[in-house]
This record gives sequence, C-alpha cells and structure tokens, in this order.
Amino acid sequence: MNSEYEVVIGLEVHVQLTTATKIFCGCSTAFGNAPNAQTCPVCLGLPGALPVLNRQVVENAIRTGLATDCRIAPRSIFARKNYFYPDLPKGYQISQFELPICEHGHLDIPLDDGTSKRIGITRIHMEEDAGKLQHGETPATADSSFVDLNRACTPLLEIVSEPDMRSADEAITYLKKLHQMVKALQVCDGNMEQGSFRCDANVSIRPWGQAELGTRAELKNINSFRFIKQAIEYEVERQADVLESGGKVIQETRLFDSTSGTTRSMRGKEEAHDYRYFPDPDLVPLVIDADWIERVRDALPELPEAKRARFVRDYGIPAYDAGVLTQNHEVSSYFDTTVAAGADPKQASNWIMGEVQRRLNDAGSEISAAPVDPAMLAGMLKRIADKTISGKIAKTVFDEMWKSGTDADTIIEAKGLKQVTDSGAIEAIINDVIANNAPQVADYRAGKEQLLGFFVGQVMKASKGKANPAAVNDMLKKKLQE
Amino acid sequence: MKISREQVVQVAKLARLELDNDELDALTGQMDAILAYVDKLNELDTDGIIPTSHAVPVENAFRPDAPVPSLGTEKALSNAPAAADGCFKVPKVIE
Repeated sequence: MNSEYEVVIGLEVHVQLTTATKIFCGCSTAFGNAPNAQTCPVCLGLPGALPVLNRQVVENAIRTGLATDCRIAPRSIFARKNYFYPDLPKGYQISQFELPICEHGHLDIPLDDGTSKRIGITRIHMEEDAGKLQHGETPATADSSFVDLNRACTPLLEIVSEPDMRSADEAITYLKKLHQMVKALQVCDGNMEQGSFRCDANVSIRPWGQAELGTRAELKNINSFRFIKQAIEYEVERQADVLESGGKVIQETRLFDSTSGTTRSMRGKEEAHDYRYFPDPDLVPLVIDADWIERVRDALPELPEAKRARFVRDYGIPAYDAGVLTQNHEVSSYFDTTVAAGADPKQASNWIMGEVQRRLNDAGSEISAAPVDPAMLAGMLKRIADKTISGKIAKTVFDEMWKSGTDADTIIEAKGLKQVTDSGAIEAIINDVIANNAPQVADYRAGKEQLLGFFVGQVMKASKGKANPAAVNDMLKKKLQE
Repeated sequence: MKISREQVVQVAKLARLELDNDELDALTGQMDAILAYVDKLNELDTDGIIPTSHAVPVENAFRPDAPVPSLGTEKALSNAPAAADGCFKVPKVIE
C-alpha cells in the first residue's frame, strides 16, 4: 500500500432486522418465497395505503443504540427520501433524516498492538428496504427488468460511523465486531449472503498531516468481509494513482466487482443526489421516554466482549478459548450450559472447539442442531473427571453419543467401557504380558528402558483400552523391576 | 422573485415532468406567487419554537409484530401494465 497517504474510512452498515413482519405493514419478512407473494397495499405503494410503525423495530433500534452507547432521542420522526427507481414503488423511501432515533455512540475495536481504538457512531436510523430487481438475460427478456417487492418495506437499521478508521484492517475489525454484536443482540441474523448485513464504505486519502479530508468515493453494497477489504485496498491504490498522476479524485459512487477485484464508477447516478427529504405526514412522531429506554436496557443480553471477559474471569479458560467461543452466540450459550451442567470449563472448551466444532463443520450444520447437547457433553466430561473412562475411551463414547443421541452413562454401561482401575484385574493382565514377552522383559531389565511404552501398549491392548493408563504405568514399572 | 425558471426546470426534472416553454413560464409565475404568499409566515417571530413536523398532536402509533395475510402474487400484479414470472416487468434499468 502506498504509504505517502493516510487512508480515511467511514462505514455505513445496513442491518436487516429479525422481525416477523415488515416495518410499516403486516406482511411477512420470510426469505425465499414466490415473488411478490408477501406484498400488500402498503408495501406496494398503492394510493391511500397508510403505513403503521412496527413496535418491535423501535425496540431493536433502541437495543442497538444502547449497545453502542448512543443517545436515544426522546423524539424522532420519519422522513421521505425522494427518488425514482423501479424497486421503490412509492417513489420515495421512508427513512429518518433530521431526527434519527440514535446518535453520538461509539464502538471500541481491538488493535493488533493490544490497545483499543474508539470508532465514533454518528447515528443509527430506521428505514425500509427497497425491492429486488433482476435484469433479463435471455434474448426474449434482454430489454426488461423484473421487480419482486417481497423485500420492499423490510426493516433496516442504518448504522453510520464517523470517518475514524485508518486502514482496511481496522474497517474489517469494526465490521466484525458490529456483526457479532447485532447477532448477540438478536436484532439481526447476520446472514451476509442473503443481504442481512451489508456495507457501504466511504474511502478517501490525504497526505499525512493534512487536517482536511480528501474527496471520498462511496463503495456500494459489498457482501463479504473479504470483498470489503479487497474493495477498500483497491480503492486506496486507485486514488493514490490518480493523485500521483496529477489528477483529482471525484466524489462518486463506485461499485465493487468481485470477479476482477476492482471498483468502477456508477456514472449517471451521481447527478442530482437531491433527495428533497421532508417529514412523512403519514407517520406520527416517535416519542421514547426514559422508562421505555430502561426497560430495554434491563433486557439487553450479555454482549460478546463482556462474555469473553466473564469466561476468562469466572471459568479460568485462556483468553484465546474465550475469544473463539464468543464469536458465535449459540456456541457461547452451548459452552455456558455445558459448564453449568457440571463440566470442567477447560475440558468443555477443548471438546467444543475440537470434536464438536469439527463434526459440525463436516456436516455443515449449526451447533443448535448438534446431536450431543450440553447436558450430554457435561455428562461425559464428568465421567472423564471421575476416572470412569479415560480420555481415549471418551472419543469412542462421544462418537457413539453423536451417532445415537444416547447419554454417556448408558453407552459406557452398555458397551462395557468402564475404565479398569481395579488393581487385581490390571495386575493379572500385566502378569500375562510379562510372561508372554520374555525377550523384551530381559532387554528392559538389561537397561533398555524405552521398552516401557511397548509394555504399556500391550497391556492397554489386552484390556481393550479400558485400563487406567496411569495405574498401568506405575504397576508395570514395579513389576518389571522385580 | 422567490423562484427562478432554472429552479423550476430542476424541480420538474426531479419529478420526471416534461414541460414546454409556455408551461415553464406559467408555472414559474404561479410557484413564485405561492412562495411569496407562504413567505408571509416569515414575518412572524418564531425564535425558540420547535419546527412543526405534523399538524395533528398525535404520537406513537404502533402495530404489533404479528403477520397478517398478504395480497399474494396474483392480486399484487393485477394492476400491473406488464408482468412475467410473478414479477412486475419494467423497461431494463442498468446500474
């Protein structure tokens, strides 16, 4: 990256809310239905239809605002943003302009050097999504576009940051943290492929030390963390090249092309960004009192950062483990429940990050669908802790639990997997092994002590893995020295 | 003058209205008169008064987050000038 310039990035994130219905009408927000099946006079923009605000959207906006330390506006209003496009049936989008519901917040992001950096959040406002446009590709449809309004009027929060980020990596760190947060708050499902979490990046560069910002380009609707990083890095190079060759960066909207990894100008749309916002007379002002805010605050779930700290503090697991386990809300609850059911925290963490996660990845499924639930995992870990089974046998037990959905105790009993700690039984096996391997015994006694492993192996094999390895070790040493 | 002919041209363009010269002249005159009339309000001292966004003193009209039946594709498209495969069909727009 060109180091003569400082990079300045601000992000606008559109978060689709997990409400059952649209923001201003009772149509379902479910994804993937037949085109236009989920529409009504309000979201079709038919004359005379009256939008009415979904209360849950306001709850979700307040939640998100409180989690980012925003000021929740005691009074906010909706505005019409006027422009023509076929995916926007009313000819205007209902959004918020002058008086958004949340303002002046921030999010602290961790930096590589271990410090953290505060990213300002200018505002969070509520708005409706547009419909979906598909462009005809066959010869018969080449001159047409097709409009599906199922998505029209779906509730969105737009979260606008200050231009506080100084590299693509900082931007990604901020986005990932925000992504985790909205999922933990259960306001958004975080599905980037389906467009539930989308990002526009405002990118500019300026010579080091210059106070005023350079002219920015707005990179639109990029739907993966990797693409956002690519798009920003490409854009920084492009702007540096323009400045180097004596040119000027123009303020414009650019589209990222993921196949070429480049951005290109959306010429023609930059003219007249004159949205003529005005208060929407169909929607009455929204007044939020302190009681409402406090009720939402009391019901806020624990956020990933707080959870990470608690796992380290209360469970004594390494910060690394805590970081991995809290990346996903379902995984962290699974871990919490496993420990609450009596499992050793570090063991629980090892198994969840290891065996559980590996099998889920293989099956391409989520932890909520795991055939081994937290109580079952805890049940098995307790049998390791009380030495009923060894860690090695536990793998077999776990396999069986995963396949059959039966609990560990039943499996241990049915398959006779109980660890043999009875010294009489172990001693009998050891005597057999010593009697059957006279040459190796002689070598060991002559000083070839590395043969101990061989004997342990023989004993474990004869016991079908059920002998307690530590007990076998001790007893073998004693017997071989006799 | 409260509004120039250029501003009227711009507003007409944003509203996708095609106006000929006579119409532009007429509308410029009319809009100027309307703005001059509304401008009378500027004679009032409005210092310290919160701008009015709504004419009726109502706030917080909500709907519960509970689905109600939609129209369905067929009804939704019944007034569409053109439709295909369950979608509204429009002249191609390219970004």
